[in-house]
Amino acid sequence: MATSKKPATRKSSAAKPRTIVLVATRKGAWLFHGDAARKTWKADGPHFLGHVISHMVLDPRDGKTLLAAAKTGHLGPTVFRSTNMGKTWKEAKQPPAFTKAHEGEKGRSVDHTFWLTPAHANEPGVWYAGTSPQGLFRSEDGGVNWKPFSTINDDPQYRVWMGTAQDGTPDGPKLHSMLIDPRDPKHLYFGMSGGGVHETLDAGKTWKVMIKGMDVVEGFGFDPAQPTFHDPHCLRMCPANPDRIYQQNHCGIYRIDRPSDTWVRIGKAMPKKVGDIGFPMVVHPRDDNSAWVFPMDGSGVWPRTSPDGKPAVYGTRNAGRTWQRMDAGMPDSQAWWTVKRQAMTADTAATVGLYFGTTSGELWLSRDEGKRWTCIARNLPEIYAVETATL
Amino acid sequence: MKVMIPSALRSYTERSEAHAQGATLAALLDDLDRQYAGIRFRMVDEQDRIRRHIRIFVNGVQSSGLAQPLAETDEVIIVQALSGG
Repeated sequence: MATSKKPATRKSSAAKPRTIVLVATRKGAWLFHGDAARKTWKADGPHFLGHVISHMVLDPRDGKTLLAAAKTGHLGPTVFRSTNMGKTWKEAKQPPAFTKAHEGEKGRSVDHTFWLTPAHANEPGVWYAGTSPQGLFRSEDGGVNWKPFSTINDDPQYRVWMGTAQDGTPDGPKLHSMLIDPRDPKHLYFGMSGGGVHETLDAGKTWKVMIKGMDVVEGFGFDPAQPTFHDPHCLRMCPANPDRIYQQNHCGIYRIDRPSDTWVRIGKAMPKKVGDIGFPMVVHPRDDNSAWVFPMDGSGVWPRTSPDGKPAVYGTRNAGRTWQRMDAGMPDSQAWWTVKRQAMTADTAATVGLYFGTTSGELWLSRDEGKRWTCIARNLPEIYAVETATL
Repeated sequence: MKVMIPSALRSYTERSEAHAQGATLAALLDDLDRQYAGIRFRMVDEQDRIRRHIRIFVNGVQSSGLAQPLAETDEVIIVQALSGG
């Protein structure tokens, strides 16, 4: 009898992708290494115990360059780099710093680097940094040396829009959310908190203000045509559709679909008792209709804690036409959480994982795009930023 | 000359005492930065202002600024404020 040999089944030699969650806090940084199922997590840290780490990002282009924006309460700011996932770190040779002022003029000094963004996929080693006071910087060597980018740092008009230490957030106004058009490295956006949203099509030679449709705080007579009065908290470009940008603003949740130049306040569809005030904005890696926010209380003196002490993520599957409350697994009362603008993110798994960190030091995960939540770390310092990387 | 280094900056020097040269405080800090890259910017900002929580003493007296002349026999102590929580 003829026999047929069944083909041997081979186990795939390719390891399943693993997620690393990069957590930046007011007192140091942690790397949480997940298994393939994102069920067990191993904490690696603290790195830089006692340093204020505003942001930590892994370069998706090389999968190994890790940058951390750092300062302490007592020393000036710097950027640390690692190319072995935090086993060893080296300091930038020239961290972001403003141009030295001419004799007799009062120059600015960087208090802290706030936001780090790897540049276009075709520009390996290029990064952008946003700082407080507000400045925009660029590195072309993987974060070793940083220089002011474009002319906005010293532009008189931009300086007016940027404001002073008395404007903006409690620890200083921040330039943030540098967005890179994956189709064109010369096409960038950034946000200023406060100071509006700005776009360049020519790699920073010229900039255009993009604030049409955005509301300003009512009751003070602020002119909505002035960028100064606009406070975008977080901008996110949809990887699946770079013409679509979502924004969590001081005054609501917005979406814009280019080439339109007008933001649409999609937060008006949020439940009235919850409102559309918050800091972070998260978009789906493949579906430009899906996005998530973490609403916070913007009433009275603006406590910016979960409304009524009942935390929830809200998600949309139709570009902001409707929103769903997503709180399964979270405390149902007496949880007064604050989530900062960099402290909520997504991974790129087939079923997207969502992550956020609270200022009370808890790190939360949803493995199913927000349906159910679980706490994966407690008792960390105040969480400033949460990013993911897939290895 | 001898320069005493505060704990927050010993990640650069790996010890509490360093030696550097310079006819002024600015030159001394430049020499320290040549030996321990990055240390100066943690103490002095890009506008050449000594940072808010840093004080530098020369022979026990608080320095008047980066232009202060130094002699080879001077002792420089860098102090960091330990404020906050």
